Amino acid sequence: MTKVPPKQEGDPDTTGHSWDGIEEFDNPMPRWWLWTFYVTIIWGIGYTIAYPAWPLVSSATAGMLGYTTRGEVAAEIAAVEEANGPINARLAAAELTEVAADTDLNSYAVSAGAAVYRTWCTQCHGSGAAGAVGYPNLLDNDWLWGGDIENIHATIAHGIRNEEDDDARYSEMPAFGDILEPEEIAQVVNHVMVLSGGTPDDPAAAAAGAEVYADNCASCHGDEGLGNRDLGAPNLADAIWLYGGDYDTLTETVTWSRYGVMPPWTQRLSEAEIRAVALYVHQLGGGE
Amino acid sequence: MTDQVPPPGLYAAREPIFPRRVSGSFRNLKWVIMAVTLGIYYLVPWIRWDRGPELPDQAVLLDLANRRFYFFWIEIWSHEFYFVAGLLIMAGLGLFLFTSALGRVWCGYACPQTVWTDLFILVERWVEGDRNARLRLHRQEKMDFRKLRLRLTKWTLWLVIAMATGGAWVFYFADAPTLFVDLFTGQAAAVAYITVAILTATTFGFGGFAREQICIYACPWPRIQGAMMDEDTLTVAYREWRGEPRKHSEAAKTEPMGDCIDCMACVNVCPMGIDIRDGQQMECITCALCIDACDDVMERIGKPRGLIDYLALSDETAERGGAAPRPIWKHVFRPRTILYTALWSAVGIALVIALFVRADIEMTVAAVRNPTFVTLSDGSIRNTYEIRLRNKNNDDRLFRLSVIGDPAVRIDLEGTPYGSIEVPADTSLLQRVYVIAPPGSAPAQAERSDLRFWVEDLTNGDRAYKDNSFIGTGEQQ
Repeated sequence: MTKVPPKQEGDPDTTGHSWDGIEEFDNPMPRWWLWTFYVTIIWGIGYTIAYPAWPLVSSATAGMLGYTTRGEVAAEIAAVEEANGPINARLAAAELTEVAADTDLNSYAVSAGAAVYRTWCTQCHGSGAAGAVGYPNLLDNDWLWGGDIENIHATIAHGIRNEEDDDARYSEMPAFGDILEPEEIAQVVNHVMVLSGGTPDDPAAAAAGAEVYADNCASCHGDEGLGNRDLGAPNLADAIWLYGGDYDTLTETVTWSRYGVMPPWTQRLSEAEIRAVALYVHQLGGGE
Repeated sequence: MTDQVPPPGLYAAREPIFPRRVSGSFRNLKWVIMAVTLGIYYLVPWIRWDRGPELPDQAVLLDLANRRFYFFWIEIWSHEFYFVAGLLIMAGLGLFLFTSALGRVWCGYACPQTVWTDLFILVERWVEGDRNARLRLHRQEKMDFRKLRLRLTKWTLWLVIAMATGGAWVFYFADAPTLFVDLFTGQAAAVAYITVAILTATTFGFGGFAREQICIYACPWPRIQGAMMDEDTLTVAYREWRGEPRKHSEAAKTEPMGDCIDCMACVNVCPMGIDIRDGQQMECITCALCIDACDDVMERIGKPRGLIDYLALSDETAERGGAAPRPIWKHVFRPRTILYTALWSAVGIALVIALFVRADIEMTVAAVRNPTFVTLSDGSIRNTYEIRLRNKNNDDRLFRLSVIGDPAVRIDLEGTPYGSIEVPADTSLLQRVYVIAPPGSAPAQAERSDLRFWVEDLTNGDRAYKDNSFIGTGEQQ
């Protein structure tokens, strides 16, 4: 190991540590740095007194200022709600069919409705509102219960086939497995496939199915299968199938029936929010 | 160890600098530049520029809330921010050019730190007197009434200048006359007061107290400038071969004396507190005040001017060898500066061209791909697009949207039965547009087909297009 030359007069102080002969100068901290450091210590002490800081057994010190992040969010939400109060009141009181003509109110409603939609509706209808099997696509021009703004509003407000709201839309298709013979079901399924412009599995059965259809289905779905919106009976003659238009799915539907449920939203959303989301859905491309 | 002298402390307090008044051609140039730059800074927000009834009438305005930048006849929206980036690139290249040609000319003449420090020193001299009076005042330890009065007067004047500086800054971001009244009546936004307070504090501190320390310790630019300087770059230099041996030196007792009479004029006027006779050094901002001071002395003792002068390194070598220095223009025009000029001009020309060929109609088309397509009840396939139309004109415009692609497709606009949409003046509008392919048509069944959206301004017939694609079911390839 190299011998370290003896310390000479005028050499700066060292920290006294030596690693392989290398020593470290004991230079003073820059004053501005030290002062900044002291200020941060004082600031830190003050901070722990003013704000929640010290963990206790089951909670933490609350801090003199009584600040909580939850409280901050609540205050922000309250501020937004207060700021939106007047326009929400205007929206809740407006004639639904006339909102679209009021540019300011409509653009507020559509934006607010988009937020409501993303929070409450995407779970079933999808983030792009394209729906899924059993959950209607809100973008197309096919509506089970009506696609004008008032019908959309009523559907959202009261829901479909639920027991929580007396005004819920209600209808029930019988399970034809108990009523018709399997052969008749096969015939009517083939007939329905023809109605919607498809190719039946068995053309001969399709012809026979017309009679079964007229006796059992036409009362709700109409003679030509155009459906009935008063009953929520789907249009069978169009290109859109909620559960699927192939032979097996249709057989399942006729045999067991379907019972799609949508909750009422009056219990969770304000009237302004329901109107906003109705207006949002109405302008997605299928509104009537 | 005990009898050893303690090592010198590592902390050195700043030596206060008291620059002496100087007059001369460079000082005059600096006064002019100070007047022009400060004049631009303080007055530009007050220039009015009529743009019509709905738009601000301030010639230069950064409207952050509405994301608009107004510069006289030019209006830039946030999506055209590249113009600002281009201007910053030009500013950078301009600094490169000036530095490689003329050295730290930016530092010496135009840098805000230099200009405001100069102004603050002017105020200081006006209140407390020239160098000697200020030195006396500084050395006087007792804070008597006179010293207190002078100090308070000086600080008050500095504070007024500092507040005017901070105040002028916020006028670039709002209507200046309105904000001026609001600031004094307590109605301006908190951010305006905070900005004014911060800029007041920095101006006061940097111009009054920090001064040359900003250039020496805080500013990164002097370090970068070294990379742009070479042997042809002009710097302020002392003709040591002519001046030495100076008066009062040991050598002057035996050898014939040089031109330097060691009067310290160059040192006393230096705002950076250096002795230029030690050679070009890091602190020198090339403000050329020492040239003025020395020329004045040389004239008085009947010697040629230019003992301290703008010189390039190559001149020094030449002069030591007995040759004449190269003319200034030969230093300035050399490949390096020509390259910087070319680059600077290229960016500038590109920006000007971009400004003039800016589309009069601006449209962006974003296809909605969640879901990719929607089947309608008659079996048609529909794609949705969000089209943003920007109307930068000062009046409402009627735009007609159309689509060109497979002849089977048709276009439909949300919320209107017509194919056209009115965009109000000076706004942008997001329109949902549907393109529908009938059942069995080629685009409905193909995986992807091309579309071209056309927008036409029905008032003047201007047209523009954007390409996009249509997604079908993919049944047929």
